[in-house]
Formats: sequence, C-alpha cells, structure tokens
Amino acid sequence: MKKIFLFIVAAGIILFSCGVKKENNNNQLKGSVNIDGSSTVYPITEAVAEEFKKIYPDVKVAVALSGTGGGFKKFVRGETDINDASRPITKFEDSIAKTNNIQYIDLEVAYDGLAIVVNPQNDWCKDITVEELKKIWEPAAQGKITHWNQIRPEWPKEPIHLYGAGVESGTYDYFTEVIVGKSHSSRGDYTSSEDDNVLVQGVSSDKFALGFFGFAYCEENKDKIKLVAVNNGNGPVFPSVETVKNKTYVPLSRPLFIYINNKAAERKEVQEFVNFYLEKMNSLVAEIGYIPLNEEETKKVKEKWQNFLQENKSK
Amino acid sequence: MISNSVKINRFKDRIFKWYGLLSTTIGVVILFVFLYTIIKEGWDRLNWQFFTSLPSRRPSSAGILVPLLGTFWIMILTTIIAVPIGVAAAIYLEEYGKKDKFASFIEVNIANLAGVPSIIYGLLALEIFVRIMGLGRSLLSGAFTLSLLILPIVIVSTREALKSVPKTIREASYALGATKWKTIWNAVLPSAAGGILTGVILAISRAIGETAPLVVIGAMLYITTIPTHPLDDFSVLPIQIYNWLSRPQKGFIENATAAIIVLLAITFILNGIAIYLRNKWQNKVKW
Repeated sequence: MKKIFLFIVAAGIILFSCGVKKENNNNQLKGSVNIDGSSTVYPITEAVAEEFKKIYPDVKVAVALSGTGGGFKKFVRGETDINDASRPITKFEDSIAKTNNIQYIDLEVAYDGLAIVVNPQNDWCKDITVEELKKIWEPAAQGKITHWNQIRPEWPKEPIHLYGAGVESGTYDYFTEVIVGKSHSSRGDYTSSEDDNVLVQGVSSDKFALGFFGFAYCEENKDKIKLVAVNNGNGPVFPSVETVKNKTYVPLSRPLFIYINNKAAERKEVQEFVNFYLEKMNSLVAEIGYIPLNEEETKKVKEKWQNFLQENKSK
Repeated sequence: MISNSVKINRFKDRIFKWYGLLSTTIGVVILFVFLYTIIKEGWDRLNWQFFTSLPSRRPSSAGILVPLLGTFWIMILTTIIAVPIGVAAAIYLEEYGKKDKFASFIEVNIANLAGVPSIIYGLLALEIFVRIMGLGRSLLSGAFTLSLLILPIVIVSTREALKSVPKTIREASYALGATKWKTIWNAVLPSAAGGILTGVILAISRAIGETAPLVVIGAMLYITTIPTHPLDDFSVLPIQIYNWLSRPQKGFIENATAAIIVLLAITFILNGIAIYLRNKWQNKVKW
C-alpha cells in the first residue's frame, strides 16, 4: 500500500514537472517549413535553420536541394513553402504558378560574386575587360580564340585553357547572360564542372588557365589561384566583399533569393522562420563566404516582407 | 617449323598471363590508393560526435546522424519491396513462363531497364510515387524509387541462380509426385538461395550508393528530425557527401571523406555477407 502511494506521488511529481517544463518553454510554435531549391543558396538556409532550431525546437524545418529550376517546378505547384533561388523566377515558371493559383514573394537575401581567376604563375593577365571576356566566351569564339595574344596583343602567344561552371547550373546562366549577353549561350570547348572545387583544382594546376567560379571558393583557395580584376569601363575592380557590396564590382555579382508561397506565409511557423531569416542572414552569410546586403537593402527587404504579410492578411 | 609455332604460342600464352596480371593489379592498386587517401584524410574525423550530430554550417560540429539512419531505413525498405517482386518475377519467367514472343519481349525490356540512367527513375518516381500516389518526399517514395532501380538486377541474378539448379533436382522432385509449386519451393529455391541472396545484396549495395534519383524526388539534406516512420522526410549518405564535397570550406571536404569511409564500410560489410552466404550455401547444397 505504502509502495503504491509512493509510486503515485512520484508519478504525480514527474507528470507535474513535465507540465511545468512545457509551460516554461514559451516557444511552443509547432508545424513544419518545407524548403527546396538552389544548392548555392542552400548553405545560407542551412545556417538559418540550424540557428532557428535552437529557439524553436518543435518546428520541423526540412531543406532539400534539387537546384533552382528543380525547386521552382515544385514551388509553382504548391508542393513547397519556400524556394531557394540563385536567379529570378522565369516567365514560364511564373505562368505555371498562375494557372495553379499560386502567389508568392521574392526576397533578396545575399550577393554572390563570380570571380575571374588565373593560375598564380600567370604574370601577364592582371585585369580584363567585359568585352574581352565576351570575346573569349561567346559561341563564335569556339575554335577561334585559342591563344592569349588574340585577346590582347601584348599577352604571350600561348594557348588559353578555359574553365567554367557546367551548363546546368544557375552560375552558368548568370555568367552567360551578363558576359555574352544571352543566357545559356557560350562556346562549348571549355572544361566544365558543376563542382567549383574541381575548377579550382584545374586552374591551380594549369599555367595557361582562365576560369570563373563563385567568390567563396577563391577566399578558401587564395594560395592556389590568382584573382583578375574586371573592367566594366570604369577601371579594373577586384572582387571583394566591399566591391560587391558597394556595387563597383559589376557585372559579375548576382543577388540570391528566397521565394515564399503566400498560402504558406499565412502559417505562423513560416512567418517566424522568414522573420528569423531576415534578422540573422547578414551575419550568417558572411560566415559562409557570401556577401551580405547593406543596411539600406536589408531594411527594404524587411519592409517588403512586412507589407506582403499585411496584404496577405487583408485578402 | 612446328617447334617455331609452339614457341610463338607459348610466348603468346606468357604475354596474356602478364597482361591479365597487370589488369588485375591496376584495379587493386587503384582501390588501395583510393582507400589510403580517403582513410588518411577522414579517419580523424570519425568520432562519436560525428555519428550523433545533426547538420550544421560549421564543419566541426556537423554530423551524419540523419543521413546514416536514412540510409539504413532505405536499405531495409528497399529490400522488403524489391526482393519479393523481383524473385517472384524471376520464378515466373524461368519456371512458368512459356518461351514465346511475349517472354522474349519482356526479357529485352528487363535488360533495357537495367541500362536506364538512374536519374530517369527519379523523374518517373517523382510523378508516380511522390505526386500520383501522394507519398510525398518520404522514405517510402525513396525506397520505391530504388526498388525500381534494382529490380532488373534482382530479376536477372535470380534467373541466373535458378538456371544453375540442375535439371536432375527438379526431375527427382517430380518423380516423387511433387507438384510444380512444391518442387520450386522445396527443391529449386533452396538450391538457388545462395545465388539469389548474393544478387540481392549486391543490388542493395548499389542502391545505397545512389544519389541522383533521390535528389530528384526531393530527398532532404537538412532535417533536424530523425526518421522514425516510413512516411517521414529523409536524407541519405551519398547526398550528404555530394553536398559537402561541393562546399568551399576545407572542413567540409574532411567531413565528406569521413562520411565516405562510413558508406564504404557499409558496402564492404554487405559484400562480405554476400560472400559468406554464397560459400555457406555452396557447401550445404550437394547434388
């Protein structure tokens, strides 16, 4: 009898303390946030989700990475709440969203710089103009522009070996659009890889190499490759956090986005997640190797999001 | 003249022997160089924290808990789905099916399926399992996808195993008055079990190394919940490895190599079991 009594008391205390514990946890937010999209934006979203979990342990955040395009295919059918994107949504994708009656908002979360790089032993190429880059990379250059001196006469008469992002990546789309002038169009005779680490390897072991890839990869491999300044008519500019931020490193810096479905944005946990994202992104972005928005832009993005929430509510 | 051609033939014989030896060594040497570099780079990263941690932006605090469990789940579910279907299909084709045009049509198709790139299975699965069947981006969708992928391998290897059972065994069973089903169940299948199991295990070890189809159906990379249910979201080791390898920070590359060691260990264990089973059955079955 005594034992049973003790057991009941113990059980009561345990149950009670559980109850107290739950009450103490004032972030009782539950639910789930479903994210898919670009592998370039993924590290930012991963970092935000990691921090978010510490504060809202009961919200399930799941991030997949089927690429910007692959992610949009699901986003425009309403299958995901948020899409990470390294380029804006296309007209075609948008038209599918319209037929599925899906509305959304796009928010800029960071910048990514594309760097032009050469081998450290290359002592001639210190800067390059956008026209010269176009001359090298446009489709007509295939098989014709094969030596350094064809680009600038004072450069040596040595072969030029090109390295760049694979045609399936958003990086390739972006590079061709701003350099060649037409998205998804370039010469085909260059070494391509979806994995920037492979390109770093290639350029670092080839004296006559010229390549382009994400700025974050240059920071990590400073000893293996050499940055080239890009001249857009206003003098040569090296890519750096500062030059991307103050918009002097053009045109090879691009914004990264998240897209949010308006129905999902009615859910409390998605709202909180995006709020948290906009609050924390700038410090996290720097840690990962991308370039944060400046103060004014950050403020604008936050306002855009709040306005969207208001409009969404009134609908 | 004759002695001359003998000499030439002996010479050819020796050349071929050395060529064969060289080819064998190339494979083994490459494997060892690969293992050596991987283990050298990733071994230090293999600690308790690595196995029990969730994903993180900091390489040193990231772990493989979720993808590791996902890989085990996928392994078990894929076996449960693919083996009964594959073995049954093989039994039908080998034992019951008539050798007519329809049979050869099916055979050609199975052979073709074995050669379809794995990403195509992913696209098919996205439409059928994820959308039409409404399974979402779940473990079950993933397991169905990989089952499709390995079905042809299971069918082909099971058929080979069934073919290798001598006719005398079947005839002996019929002579005792057994029906066709009894013969298959009591005589043919036990004799072929070693071969079937070997094929199945090799197929599974291929399935757990697949990335592309699972990325297409939307397997996660970052999830903080451990999969406890076949309809849960999931991630698997190859996806984690692929992502870590493409990150700029050196620490992630080290993490990737450590995860590769884990994946290799799983594959080696599976292959070891396959070899063990084959030997055991070969000794047990005496014709």
